[in-house]
Amino acid sequence: MSGQDGNSDLGLGPSLIDAAPRQQRNTLALWVSRLEGPQTMGRGRGFWFSFLAAVLAAAIYPMFVDGWTVGNTAYFLVWTFMAMGLGVIWGYAGSLSFGQTAFFGLAGYGYGVLTLNFGAAYGFTVLALVLSVGLAALLAVVLGYFMFYGRVQGVFIGIVTLSVTLVFQAFMAQTAGPEWAIGSARLNGFNGMSGMPPLTIPWPGGDVPLYADIALYYVLLALVLLVYLGLRMLLNAPFGNVLVAIRENPERAEMLGYDVRRYQLLGFVLGGALAGLSGVLYTAWGQYITPSSMGITAAALPVIWVAFGGRKDVTATLIGTLVMIFLYQWLTIYGSQYAIVVMGVILVLTVLFAPEGIVLSLMRGLSARLKPAGARQ
Amino acid sequence: MLSTLFSFFYQFGDAFAFLVIASMGLAIIFGMMGVINLAHGEFIMCGAYTTVSFAQLGLPLPIAIIGGAMVAGLIGMALEVTIIRHLYNRPLDSIVATWGMSMIATQGVLIVLGSTMQGVGTPLGSFVVGGYSYSTYRVVLMVIAVLLLVGLYLLFYHTRAGVIARATIQLPRMARATGVDTGRVYTLTFGLGAALAGLAGGLYAPTMTLVPTMGTTFMVESFVTVVIGGGDIFLGAAPAAAILAVIRSGMTAWQGQLFGQIGLLITVIIVIRVLPGGLSGWILGGRK
Repeated sequence: MSGQDGNSDLGLGPSLIDAAPRQQRNTLALWVSRLEGPQTMGRGRGFWFSFLAAVLAAAIYPMFVDGWTVGNTAYFLVWTFMAMGLGVIWGYAGSLSFGQTAFFGLAGYGYGVLTLNFGAAYGFTVLALVLSVGLAALLAVVLGYFMFYGRVQGVFIGIVTLSVTLVFQAFMAQTAGPEWAIGSARLNGFNGMSGMPPLTIPWPGGDVPLYADIALYYVLLALVLLVYLGLRMLLNAPFGNVLVAIRENPERAEMLGYDVRRYQLLGFVLGGALAGLSGVLYTAWGQYITPSSMGITAAALPVIWVAFGGRKDVTATLIGTLVMIFLYQWLTIYGSQYAIVVMGVILVLTVLFAPEGIVLSLMRGLSARLKPAGARQ
Repeated sequence: MLSTLFSFFYQFGDAFAFLVIASMGLAIIFGMMGVINLAHGEFIMCGAYTTVSFAQLGLPLPIAIIGGAMVAGLIGMALEVTIIRHLYNRPLDSIVATWGMSMIATQGVLIVLGSTMQGVGTPLGSFVVGGYSYSTYRVVLMVIAVLLLVGLYLLFYHTRAGVIARATIQLPRMARATGVDTGRVYTLTFGLGAALAGLAGGLYAPTMTLVPTMGTTFMVESFVTVVIGGGDIFLGAAPAAAILAVIRSGMTAWQGQLFGQIGLLITVIIVIRVLPGGLSGWILGGRK
C-alpha cells in the first residue's frame, strides 16, 4: 500500500512536501483530504457511499428495536475505542501492548471516584470523563517513557504492560476494607465500585442523564464516528506515515531523522487514552466497574478483536471488533462456559491462517475484485 | 539475633526458589527461541493437576511430580509441532498464539474438572528455629532450585546436546549447514521449557490450592525475572532471581505479598530503562 496519491509521494518524510504545497490550500482542506490515504483502506465514491449507508443504517436502527436492545448495542460501541487504540499501537506502530486494560481500568475507576465524590451536576461527568482519560494518558506517558526510551523490544512491551494490568487487578481486588476509600468513594475490592452517575449532559431546563438507552447510543455513535474519522486523518498525516515507517524498519526511520522513541511514545499514549475512553464509557454505561475488567481474560479480548479484524487498518479493526463482541455476547448467552474457549480457538486459527486479520483479508479480496471497475488512481 | 538472620535467609531463599523454579521454563523458551510463552502458567497448572492426580492414585510424591513434568513436556512438544512451529518468523504472532492456547487450557480445565480440585497436603512437616516454625518442604524447594540451575548448566555446557542447542541459538543457519536438525532442537527445547513449567507446578502443588487460573499466580513473577534477566539463563535469570528475591522478600515482609509483586513490577520498569538488554545483556556487553 505505498502512497499513490499526491499528498505523500514517498509514504514517509512528507514534511518537505507539506512545506511547499503545489497549490495553496488551507489546513482544513488538507486534513479532510487525509480521510483517504496510503495508511487506510477505502477510497473513492464506492467506499464513502457504503460508509454513509452504514452510518445511516446505524442512525435509524433504534427506530426498529426496543430501548433495551439499543442500550445493549451501545455496549458494543463502548469497546471500539480501546480496540482502535490497540490497532494504532500494534498495527501501525508495530509494538504490541497486552495491557490496554490497565488504562481502561484506571480511567474507569477514575471516573467512579470523581463522580461519586463530586456528583453529576453542572456537567461534571463530562469533566470527569476528560480528567479520567487524561489520567490514563498520564499512566501511558510514564510507562511508555520507561519502555520506549529504554529502547525495549516488542516482546517486552507486551510482558511489561500485561504485568502492569495484572498487578493493578490484584491491587484493586484487595481493597475491600473500609480503609480503601478515596473521599467518599469506597473501592470495594473484588466486588468493584458501583452507583456512580451516568454521563450527564448539562442542558438549560434540566440535565440529561445518559442511561443505557437511545440517547447514550447516539452519543456513542457520534463518538465512534469522530474517533474513526479522526484516526483516519491522523494516520494518513505525517504522524501516521512515520509510525508505519517505524513499524516497517525502525533503523531506516531513525536514519531519516525521526526520533523513533518519541513517535512510539505518542502512539502508545494515544492508544492508552483511547483505552481510557472505553473505560470511562463502560463505567458510565453500566454504572459499575470491577477489578476483573483488568484481569488476564479481559486483557486478552482486545488482542483477539484486533487480531481477528486486522490490526493494520483502522476500518478492519472497527468492523472486526464489533463482529467479535457480538459473537462473544451471543456465545455467552447460548453456551456461557464455551465462549472463552471459542475466543481462544479463533485467536489461534486467525494467527495461523490469516495473520493479517480475517476482516482485512476479506476487505483486500473485495477491493481486488472491484479494481477492474476503475478504482486505481 | 541469629534467629532473625535465619528468618531473613529463609524468606530470601523461599523467594529465590520460587522465582527460579517458576521462571526457568519461560527463560529457556525465550532464551532459545525468542518466544515468550504466555501459556507458561497453563503448563504449570497442567503439571500441578497431573502431579496431584498421580499422588491421589497412590504414587509417591516425587514420582508424581516427575510425572507431572513429563506430561507437561509432552503436551508442550505436541503444541510446538502443531502450532508454534509455523510461527517462528513472526515472534509477536507466536506469543499471541500461546495466549490463545492459554485461554483454551484455563477455560477447558474449568469446564472439564470444575472450579477447584482436592489438593495434597504439604509434606515433611516443619522445624523450629528461635521460636518460629518453618516448613521443611520449602527448604527442600530451595535445594531443588539450586540443583536445577546446576543441572541445566551441566546440560547446556557439558553435553553434546547442549552444544547443539547453543549452536542453534547462536547461528541457526550455520548449525543447519553442519547437519543439525534445528527443527528437532526447537521441539525439544519447547518441550524442556514446558516440562520445567510442569515441574514448577508439581513442586508447588502441595503448597497451594488447585484452581484452573493458578497459572496466573506465577505469571508476573516469572515474566519479571525473564525481562530483568534477558536472554541468557545463567548470566541473566539466575542473578535476576537473586536480586529480585531480596526485593520481593523485603517488600513482602514489610507490607505483604501484593507489595512484593508491586515492588518487582516497579523494579522491572526502572531496570528496562537503564539496562534494556537485561542483566545478561549488560554482563555480556561489559565483557566485549
